[in-house]
Amino acid sequence: MKKNRKYLVLEIIGVLLGLVWISPFYLMLVNSFKAPRDIFANVLDLPSQLNFDNYVTAFNDLNFIRSFFNSLLITLASVAIIILFSSMAGYALARNKSKLSGAILLMFVAAMLIPFQSVMIPLTSNFGQVGMLNRVGLIFMYLGFGSSLAIFLYHGAMTRVSISLDEAAIIDGANKFQIFFRIIFPLLSPISVTVAILNVIWIWNDYLLPSLVLSRRNETIPIRMFYFFGQYTRQWHLALAGLTIAILPVIIFYFSAQKSIVEGVTDGAVK
Amino acid sequence: MRNKELSFWLFITPVILSLSLVVILPVVMGFFFSFTDWNGLTFNQFIGLGHYRRLLEDSQFRQSLEFTFIFAFVSVIVLNIIGLSLALLVTSKLKSRNLLRTVFFMPNLIGGLILGFIWQFIFVRVFAAMGNFTGIEGLLGWLSTPATGFWGLVILTVWQQAGYIMIIYIAYLQGIPKELIESANIDGATPFQKFRYITFPLIAPGFTVSMFLTLSSSFKIYDQNLSLTGGGPYNSTQMVAMNIVDTAFASNQMAYGQSKAVVFFIIVAIFSLSQVYYNKKREVDL
Repeated sequence: MKKNRKYLVLEIIGVLLGLVWISPFYLMLVNSFKAPRDIFANVLDLPSQLNFDNYVTAFNDLNFIRSFFNSLLITLASVAIIILFSSMAGYALARNKSKLSGAILLMFVAAMLIPFQSVMIPLTSNFGQVGMLNRVGLIFMYLGFGSSLAIFLYHGAMTRVSISLDEAAIIDGANKFQIFFRIIFPLLSPISVTVAILNVIWIWNDYLLPSLVLSRRNETIPIRMFYFFGQYTRQWHLALAGLTIAILPVIIFYFSAQKSIVEGVTDGAVK
Repeated sequence: MRNKELSFWLFITPVILSLSLVVILPVVMGFFFSFTDWNGLTFNQFIGLGHYRRLLEDSQFRQSLEFTFIFAFVSVIVLNIIGLSLALLVTSKLKSRNLLRTVFFMPNLIGGLILGFIWQFIFVRVFAAMGNFTGIEGLLGWLSTPATGFWGLVILTVWQQAGYIMIIYIAYLQGIPKELIESANIDGATPFQKFRYITFPLIAPGFTVSMFLTLSSSFKIYDQNLSLTGGGPYNSTQMVAMNIVDTAFASNQMAYGQSKAVVFFIIVAIFSLSQVYYNKKREVDL
């Protein structure tokens, strides 16, 4: 009896805390449907009617279709090459047990300590001088910044992939590329999922790097959002509709792959 | 044998090339340029420690540094307390535990820039409306003073990242053998004793991981700073990362901005390395 009451109290605390946690999203959503004077009259209430005008204006001004596909292109291309090249490197470094390969791995791990702000000024200057401040340059930069953690994760996973698989394939006459792409890479797919999730979250949301690299023509959702919000300061009804639109793809992604996302994020942090 | 060497290099060349051009070369060049009058394209002369001497007298930089240190210190503590509490809550036998886990983790997936804008609305409009309604003056004028800007940033950061820290602690809590808790129950241990003598020591590696992550991420924050306060009022909530970006790209002082970036790098590196060293040592002692 006493135990039950304790759990009831804990249950209520949990639910209240959960409600506090999602209240920012609730407030954003309900006010995004209101006319400006209703936001001032009562900010906590549900809207008196569902008015989609704010959404139409915000959708058009965000140029959402274009910024969405631009974000998608940059994210998918960067994640694909991070997975491809980091898994190859993780494999090669794990199978080659020399001092040199240990030193190379250490160099990648050490590079994770370097904050982005310490390299951004010479980086954008260099890429600008060779005309690479564009989407291709940006994707290449994401490979440079993203490969360290990915190689570290792939290298760790390789310790569980037996070398007898390589040896059997060599006897069957396979070359290194065939061994890797036909046998090893498929075995590493759980790590590839982790690497994909961590990098999608990071690159999709990244603001500073693309804002320094891309021209206004190729802007991503966060960059567009920054200008959009500046344009509608104090016009909260439009700003909130725009924010809701910008968040929607992430929420859909979260609810469609929640289990893998949580597992991937745990792996990335704990390993 | 030669064939083996060749394939090794073919496999690692793409990542070596990108790391060199994107991270290593800019670090080396940046260090070098911080001792010159570099304007982003060319430089004419060495000026030795000129920029670094100027840094010592740059009151805005010093203020940003202090603000960032205090912010990182406070948010690391609050984040870890709340993150661990959430983890304990959702690993208990609550019926709502799975739903709560989903809710607590959700803000973590959304970019800091967007979350900062949402909270700007909450601090400026919702807090003001509630303050006017209830007559609590503490809810009025948020983000318009240095103190409310500071706590606004702490609240935003904790709300965004506590779910992430929660997930890390959950991983360690689930690694605790059930037999230990059961035998403690038989011995009549109180919940506090079980936490202090079983749970706490066994999740110690979790502290290493999450302190390290929160310390470096709080120190490097930029997006949230930009969208929530924009550094205002009067640059009082401007953190180091924003100070560097502004110096280089708004005031166009590339070499001077780079000298700040070098100092920033050294601080982050010292933080990270000492954190790892200290926590490893403590784990062995326990």
